[in-house]
Amino acid sequence: MSVSTRRLSKELTDIKNHGTPVGINLLSSDNFEEWFLSLEVLGETVYAGEVFCLRFRFDSQYPISSPAVQFVTDDKWKAPVHPHVYTNGHICASILGNEWSPVLSVIAVCVTLQSMLASCKKKELPPGNDRYVRHAPDNPKKTRFEYDDDTV
Amino acid sequence: MSSADEYSDDDVGYYDEDDDEMAIDDDGSASEMELDPLGDFNEGTSKKKVYEVDYESLSQAEVEKQMKGDVDYITSIFGVTPDVASLLLRHFDWNKEKLIEKYMDNTTTVSVAAGIMPPEKAPRRPAASGGRLHSSSESTKESLIGPRRSSRRIASAATKSGKSKILDRVAPPAQDEPAVCLICFDDTQTDFLSLVCDHRFCKTCWAAYIESKVKTEAESWITCMAEDCDVVATNEFVKEALAEDKQTWERFHELLVRHYVSHRPELKYCPYPGCTYTASCSITKASLATQVPIVACGNSATHKFCFGCNVDGDHRPVVCSVAKMWLQKCHDDSETANWIKSNTKECSKCQSTIEKNGGCNHMTCKKCKYEFCWVCMGPWSEHGTSWYNCNRFDEKASKDARDAQSRSRASLERYLHYYNRWANHEQSKKLSVELYAKTEKKMEEMQMTSELSWIEVQFMKKAVDEVIKCRTTLMWTYGMAYYLDSSNEKELFEDNQRDLERAVEDLSELIESPLDPEVIKTLRQKVTDRTVYVTKRNEIMLEDTARGFLEGRWKWNLPVVGLD
Repeated sequence: MSVSTRRLSKELTDIKNHGTPVGINLLSSDNFEEWFLSLEVLGETVYAGEVFCLRFRFDSQYPISSPAVQFVTDDKWKAPVHPHVYTNGHICASILGNEWSPVLSVIAVCVTLQSMLASCKKKELPPGNDRYVRHAPDNPKKTRFEYDDDTV
Repeated sequence: MSSADEYSDDDVGYYDEDDDEMAIDDDGSASEMELDPLGDFNEGTSKKKVYEVDYESLSQAEVEKQMKGDVDYITSIFGVTPDVASLLLRHFDWNKEKLIEKYMDNTTTVSVAAGIMPPEKAPRRPAASGGRLHSSSESTKESLIGPRRSSRRIASAATKSGKSKILDRVAPPAQDEPAVCLICFDDTQTDFLSLVCDHRFCKTCWAAYIESKVKTEAESWITCMAEDCDVVATNEFVKEALAEDKQTWERFHELLVRHYVSHRPELKYCPYPGCTYTASCSITKASLATQVPIVACGNSATHKFCFGCNVDGDHRPVVCSVAKMWLQKCHDDSETANWIKSNTKECSKCQSTIEKNGGCNHMTCKKCKYEFCWVCMGPWSEHGTSWYNCNRFDEKASKDARDAQSRSRASLERYLHYYNRWANHEQSKKLSVELYAKTEKKMEEMQMTSELSWIEVQFMKKAVDEVIKCRTTLMWTYGMAYYLDSSNEKELFEDNQRDLERAVEDLSELIESPLDPEVIKTLRQKVTDRTVYVTKRNEIMLEDTARGFLEGRWKWNLPVVGLD
């Protein structure tokens, strides 16, 4: 059994046994390559009433290598309007890049993103959104983001 | 001699000293001529020519020795293990003086920043508080914090039990409690490792993690896998974790050496693919305005490159800044270069070319870690809290850019004059492979049709060598002439250029003309003479230009960075 499979089954068991944090729900985890989770910000927030969908993609090196995480954008789902989220669903967050640590998990990522949305006070697109979206690779991990803003 | 005399009529002044030089040349060896002390021609006593610089070529092993010397130096001063010394040096980009100053100033802060110990007495995880582990970590701290007063004692203690301090091989928790690695959740693991921070993970995970860092990120600064833990893996730890994976270990080692070389201003890797040599040259940035530091690595004499800029190969006699301007100009014509121009910028500190493919304007150079703003290229520190937007946009700069554009259109014609000649020599140079093949055939033919030996027909190859060398000089003289302001100096420059060009074309024609067995002897004489003459003209061109730079004789028709 590969490391990523064993690790993900463990995470799955944990979710089944202990449930997910408030506002986070597992939508699909049929295989060990791609999971979908829903994300909702509760309390006082600019995203009141909005539900988002996160897509996780894992390679065989997970959790040594970070998962590819993005918001789903299709007919049903929209990405949140946030200065760190591009309209194609790509997310600029250090935790998904150079600050990824193998001890983090799917749920830990969701919780971090949830709090990233929760601390946002004003819905704004990232600067240079159009240009980025035009040229962005399919996999957000192929983009080298710069992380500079700890406020939202 | 006869052919050379024809030329010498043009420039008696230069040729006076030449006759005895040429008399030596009995065996037709043109390149031996270069070894002759033409340096006497310069008034200096050193044999070095005015257009040459002092440098040394180092093999990989020699660089490693130098690096080890630095590590040993720090080891002996601070009384730490070589591994700790190595981390400290790496953290300070191999700046020994700065390290010593800061370390003496505040050992704890430096140790934390260099990743050799956790920020404070970090709260231990309950599972990790086994007796042996605890005490060994304690002693690590002691050796890190207090080496100043009692370095000798600590040093000896460190060597005795250095391994167990740096590298805690932790036995799995006792008895019935199963050992589960928090990363892979494999409960059969027995081999656990942790850094001084006591974050324990199984050896398999460590190995996979280090391999991914080393191989996919080319990173040698390997922090602990735990979240927000900044403790860094020592060399010994990496070696231990990688165990049988020799390939990754070697790559890791190579990354360390690369890190060292890239942070020593006097060292530069040979840019030729697969070459492992390093050149050591202590030229200052200021002297790049007057000197062209062309160096060759010990691996092969063809591995010539400029120590001052990223242009590979020889760009003498033109100094780096002008050469760079010229290349930039030439490249602007091609689509690829247009793309580079519109999509990339250079780090204003280390000149690495950077493409921005997403994210915000806060850039951090991957190579030198310089932080700057993509919009105004100024240092990021001046931007304060205006995170994404640069309001420092310079109106004047944009206007200047527009003006420059219209000027360049008007002067396109003038540019093409120089460019075509540049490109022509470049093209001829590119055909050199064919020319060498053709010449070799000719040499074989000569051997068969005359009584000359293989050694004796080498004059042909030497002539080709010389032609190619001179074409490089000629190429760059066109680049330089483009930027020279009209003056008497420029006319003299162009006279020298014309003489060299004529000599090169004559020789070139001669070596490419069909062979007539009847006159091989005469041909040999002619080629040999002309090779000598061409060598001489090249010397004059290079030397006079280099001298001009030293004397500040060249006047430019537009401002050149670093030359004013």
